[in-house]
Amino acid sequence: MIKIQREDFDIGTELAALTQGNTRVGGLATFVGLVRDLAAPGSTGGEISAMTLEHYPGMTEKRLAEIEAEARARWPLEGVLIIHRYGRLEPGDRIVLVATTSSHRQAALESCAFLIDWLKTKAPFWKLEEGAKGAAWVEAKASDDKAAEKWKR
Amino acid sequence: MKLLYFAWVRTNIGKAEEEVVAPDYVQTVEDLLDWLATLGPQYAAALDRRNVVKVAVNHEYVEHDHPVRPDDEVALFPPVTGG
Repeated sequence: MIKIQREDFDIGTELAALTQGNTRVGGLATFVGLVRDLAAPGSTGGEISAMTLEHYPGMTEKRLAEIEAEARARWPLEGVLIIHRYGRLEPGDRIVLVATTSSHRQAALESCAFLIDWLKTKAPFWKLEEGAKGAAWVEAKASDDKAAEKWKR
Repeated sequence: MKLLYFAWVRTNIGKAEEEVVAPDYVQTVEDLLDWLATLGPQYAAALDRRNVVKVAVNHEYVEHDHPVRPDDEVALFPPVTGG
Protein backbone atom coordinates (compact mmCIF):
# COMPACT_ATOMS: atom_id res chain seq x y z
CA MET A 1 0.00 0.00 0.00
CA ILE A 2 1.22 3.47 -0.93
CA LYS A 3 0.25 6.66 0.87
CA ILE A 4 1.48 10.10 -0.17
CA GLN A 5 0.29 12.59 2.40
CA ARG A 6 0.90 15.93 4.07
CA GLU A 7 -0.19 14.66 7.51
CA ASP A 8 1.96 12.89 10.06
CA PHE A 9 1.47 9.17 10.72
CA ASP A 10 1.45 7.07 13.88
CA ILE A 11 3.99 4.27 13.55
CA GLY A 12 2.26 1.94 16.03
CA THR A 13 -1.14 2.31 14.38
CA GLU A 14 0.27 1.77 10.89
CA LEU A 15 2.27 -1.32 11.84
CA ALA A 16 -0.64 -2.84 13.77
CA ALA A 17 -2.85 -2.39 10.69
CA LEU A 18 -0.24 -3.98 8.45
CA THR A 19 -0.11 -7.21 10.45
CA GLN A 20 -3.74 -7.26 11.65
CA GLY A 21 -5.46 -10.59 10.97
CA ASN A 22 -2.55 -12.14 9.08
CA THR A 23 -0.97 -14.88 11.18
CA ARG A 24 1.31 -15.99 8.33
CA VAL A 25 3.48 -12.97 9.18
CA GLY A 26 6.55 -13.98 11.15
CA GLY A 27 8.64 -10.86 10.64
CA LEU A 28 8.02 -7.15 10.25
CA ALA A 29 10.82 -4.83 9.10
CA THR A 30 10.59 -1.04 9.20
CA PHE A 31 12.53 2.02 8.18
CA VAL A 32 11.50 5.46 9.41
CA GLY A 33 13.16 8.55 7.94
CA LEU A 34 13.22 11.72 10.06
CA VAL A 35 14.17 15.34 9.39
CA ARG A 36 17.55 15.93 11.05
CA ASP A 37 18.81 19.34 12.06
CA LEU A 38 22.09 19.13 10.14
CA ALA A 39 22.00 20.41 6.54
CA ALA A 40 22.92 18.06 3.73
CA PRO A 41 26.51 18.37 2.37
CA GLY A 42 26.69 21.15 -0.23
CA SER A 43 23.44 22.68 0.99
CA THR A 44 23.04 25.65 3.35
CA GLY A 45 25.57 24.28 5.81
CA GLY A 46 25.10 24.17 9.57
CA GLU A 47 21.73 23.60 11.17
CA ILE A 48 18.43 23.69 9.37
CA SER A 49 15.20 25.08 10.79
CA ALA A 50 12.82 23.39 8.36
CA MET A 51 12.57 21.37 5.18
CA THR A 52 9.96 21.51 2.44
CA LEU A 53 9.30 18.39 0.40
CA GLU A 54 7.89 18.76 -3.08
CA HIS A 55 6.75 15.87 -5.28
CA TYR A 56 5.23 15.13 -8.67
CA PRO A 57 1.61 14.06 -8.02
CA GLY A 58 0.61 11.34 -10.44
CA MET A 59 4.12 10.17 -11.21
CA THR A 60 4.98 9.53 -7.54
CA GLU A 61 2.09 7.12 -7.04
CA LYS A 62 2.87 5.24 -10.27
CA ARG A 63 6.56 4.85 -9.58
CA LEU A 64 5.96 3.73 -5.98
CA ALA A 65 3.31 1.20 -7.04
CA GLU A 66 5.80 -0.13 -9.60
CA ILE A 67 8.55 -0.59 -7.02
CA GLU A 68 6.13 -2.23 -4.56
CA ALA A 69 5.31 -4.74 -7.32
CA GLU A 70 9.03 -5.27 -7.93
CA ALA A 71 9.64 -5.97 -4.22
CA ARG A 72 6.74 -8.43 -4.15
CA ALA A 73 8.15 -10.21 -7.21
CA ARG A 74 11.61 -10.53 -5.62
CA TRP A 75 10.63 -11.57 -2.09
CA PRO A 76 7.74 -13.62 -0.65
CA LEU A 77 6.03 -10.70 1.11
CA GLU A 78 2.76 -10.65 3.02
CA GLY A 79 2.47 -6.87 3.23
CA VAL A 80 4.15 -3.69 2.00
CA LEU A 81 3.46 -0.19 3.31
CA ILE A 82 5.14 2.99 2.10
CA ILE A 83 4.08 6.33 3.55
CA HIS A 84 5.89 9.42 2.25
CA ARG A 85 5.04 12.91 3.43
CA TYR A 86 5.33 16.19 1.54
CA GLY A 87 5.04 19.83 2.58
CA ARG A 88 6.91 21.74 5.29
CA LEU A 89 8.55 19.65 8.03
CA GLU A 90 10.77 20.50 10.97
CA PRO A 91 13.70 18.66 12.59
CA GLY A 92 12.44 15.58 14.38
CA ASP A 93 9.41 15.21 12.11
CA ARG A 94 8.80 11.90 10.38
CA ILE A 95 9.24 11.97 6.57
CA VAL A 96 8.87 8.40 5.42
CA LEU A 97 7.86 4.96 6.65
CA VAL A 98 8.71 1.76 4.81
CA ALA A 99 7.38 -1.46 6.33
CA THR A 100 7.42 -4.99 4.95
CA THR A 101 6.10 -8.25 6.38
CA SER A 102 6.91 -11.82 5.50
CA SER A 103 6.90 -15.29 7.02
CA HIS A 104 10.64 -14.95 7.60
CA ARG A 105 12.90 -12.10 8.65
CA GLN A 106 15.33 -12.17 5.73
CA ALA A 107 12.70 -11.33 3.10
CA ALA A 108 11.27 -8.57 5.30
CA LEU A 109 14.66 -7.00 6.10
CA GLU A 110 16.06 -7.19 2.57
CA SER A 111 12.94 -5.88 0.85
CA CYS A 112 12.70 -2.99 3.32
CA ALA A 113 16.29 -1.96 2.50
CA PHE A 114 15.62 -2.38 -1.22
CA LEU A 115 12.54 -0.13 -1.03
CA ILE A 116 14.21 2.74 0.82
CA ASP A 117 17.31 2.59 -1.40
CA TRP A 118 15.10 2.73 -4.44
CA LEU A 119 12.95 5.53 -3.01
CA LYS A 120 16.02 7.69 -2.49
CA THR A 121 17.01 7.57 -6.14
CA LYS A 122 13.80 7.11 -8.14
CA ALA A 123 10.78 8.53 -6.30
CA PRO A 124 10.13 12.07 -7.62
CA PHE A 125 10.57 14.06 -4.38
CA TRP A 126 12.80 17.07 -3.77
CA LYS A 127 13.92 18.64 -0.50
CA LEU A 128 14.37 22.35 0.08
CA GLU A 129 16.29 23.07 3.29
CA GLU A 130 15.86 26.30 5.24
CA GLY A 131 18.69 27.44 7.47
CA ALA A 132 20.29 30.58 8.90
CA LYS A 133 21.86 31.36 5.50
CA GLY A 134 18.60 30.98 3.59
CA ALA A 135 17.06 28.16 1.61
CA ALA A 136 18.81 25.65 -0.66
CA TRP A 137 17.74 22.60 -2.66
CA VAL A 138 19.36 19.40 -1.43
CA GLU A 139 21.75 17.87 -4.00
CA ALA A 140 21.42 14.20 -4.86
CA LYS A 141 24.22 12.05 -3.37
CA ALA A 142 26.39 9.63 -5.37
CA SER A 143 26.34 7.30 -2.35
CA ASP A 144 22.56 6.97 -2.70
CA ASP A 145 22.96 5.99 -6.38
CA LYS A 146 25.54 3.42 -5.32
CA ALA A 147 23.20 2.00 -2.67
CA ALA A 148 20.42 1.58 -5.26
CA GLU A 149 22.86 0.16 -7.81
CA LYS A 150 23.57 -2.90 -5.69
CA TRP A 151 19.95 -4.09 -6.11
CA LYS A 152 20.19 -4.11 -9.92
CA ARG A 153 20.00 -7.44 -11.65
CA MET B 1 2.56 19.98 -24.95
CA LYS B 2 2.19 20.28 -21.19
CA LEU B 3 5.41 21.12 -19.36
CA LEU B 4 5.91 20.69 -15.61
CA TYR B 5 8.87 21.99 -13.63
CA PHE B 6 10.03 20.92 -10.16
CA ALA B 7 12.51 22.06 -7.49
CA TRP B 8 15.23 24.42 -8.84
CA VAL B 9 14.06 24.02 -12.42
CA ARG B 10 10.73 25.46 -11.24
CA THR B 11 12.20 28.24 -9.11
CA ASN B 12 14.59 29.29 -11.91
CA ILE B 13 11.93 29.37 -14.61
CA GLY B 14 9.48 31.02 -12.23
CA LYS B 15 6.45 28.84 -12.91
CA ALA B 16 5.33 25.31 -12.08
CA GLU B 17 3.72 24.42 -15.40
CA GLU B 18 2.74 25.74 -18.79
CA GLU B 19 1.17 24.65 -22.06
CA VAL B 20 3.45 25.22 -25.07
CA VAL B 21 3.30 24.73 -28.82
CA ALA B 22 6.84 23.75 -29.75
CA PRO B 23 8.25 24.39 -33.24
CA ASP B 24 8.18 21.48 -35.69
CA TYR B 25 11.90 20.74 -35.29
CA VAL B 26 11.32 19.73 -31.65
CA GLN B 27 11.24 15.94 -32.01
CA THR B 28 13.19 14.81 -28.94
CA VAL B 29 13.75 15.86 -25.32
CA GLU B 30 17.12 17.30 -26.40
CA ASP B 31 15.42 19.45 -29.06
CA LEU B 32 12.87 20.60 -26.49
CA LEU B 33 15.60 21.64 -24.03
CA ASP B 34 17.45 23.48 -26.84
CA TRP B 35 14.29 25.38 -27.76
CA LEU B 36 13.29 26.17 -24.14
CA ALA B 37 16.75 27.60 -23.43
CA THR B 38 16.08 30.28 -26.10
CA LEU B 39 12.86 31.47 -24.45
CA GLY B 40 14.55 33.78 -21.97
CA PRO B 41 17.34 34.12 -19.41
CA GLN B 42 15.36 32.32 -16.72
CA TYR B 43 14.97 29.27 -18.98
CA ALA B 44 18.64 29.42 -19.97
CA ALA B 45 19.59 29.54 -16.27
CA ALA B 46 17.31 26.60 -15.39
CA LEU B 47 18.78 24.50 -18.21
CA ASP B 48 22.37 25.61 -17.75
CA ARG B 49 23.36 22.29 -16.16
CA ARG B 50 21.72 20.45 -19.02
CA ASN B 51 23.13 17.01 -18.31
CA VAL B 52 21.89 17.13 -14.73
CA VAL B 53 18.25 17.80 -15.66
CA LYS B 54 16.10 14.68 -15.41
CA VAL B 55 13.11 14.21 -17.68
CA ALA B 56 9.85 12.28 -17.43
CA VAL B 57 7.47 11.91 -20.36
CA ASN B 58 3.95 10.92 -19.32
CA HIS B 59 5.27 9.95 -15.83
CA GLU B 60 8.05 7.66 -17.15
CA TYR B 61 11.75 8.47 -16.76
CA VAL B 62 13.37 8.92 -20.19
CA GLU B 63 16.77 9.80 -21.61
CA HIS B 64 17.37 13.03 -23.52
CA ASP B 65 17.12 11.27 -26.92
CA HIS B 66 13.53 10.16 -26.21
CA PRO B 67 10.90 11.49 -28.66
CA VAL B 68 8.35 14.09 -27.54
CA ARG B 69 4.92 14.68 -29.09
CA PRO B 70 2.46 17.58 -28.92
CA ASP B 71 0.08 15.74 -26.55
CA ASP B 72 2.79 14.61 -24.11
CA GLU B 73 3.18 15.72 -20.50
CA VAL B 74 6.89 16.45 -20.08
CA ALA B 75 8.40 17.12 -16.65
CA LEU B 76 11.85 18.62 -16.08
CA PHE B 77 13.52 18.36 -12.68
CA PRO B 78 16.81 17.89 -10.78
CA PRO B 79 17.95 14.48 -9.52
CA VAL B 80 15.48 13.39 -6.84
CA THR B 81 16.18 13.71 -3.10
CA GLY B 82 13.28 12.02 -1.31
CA GLY B 83 13.25 9.30 1.31
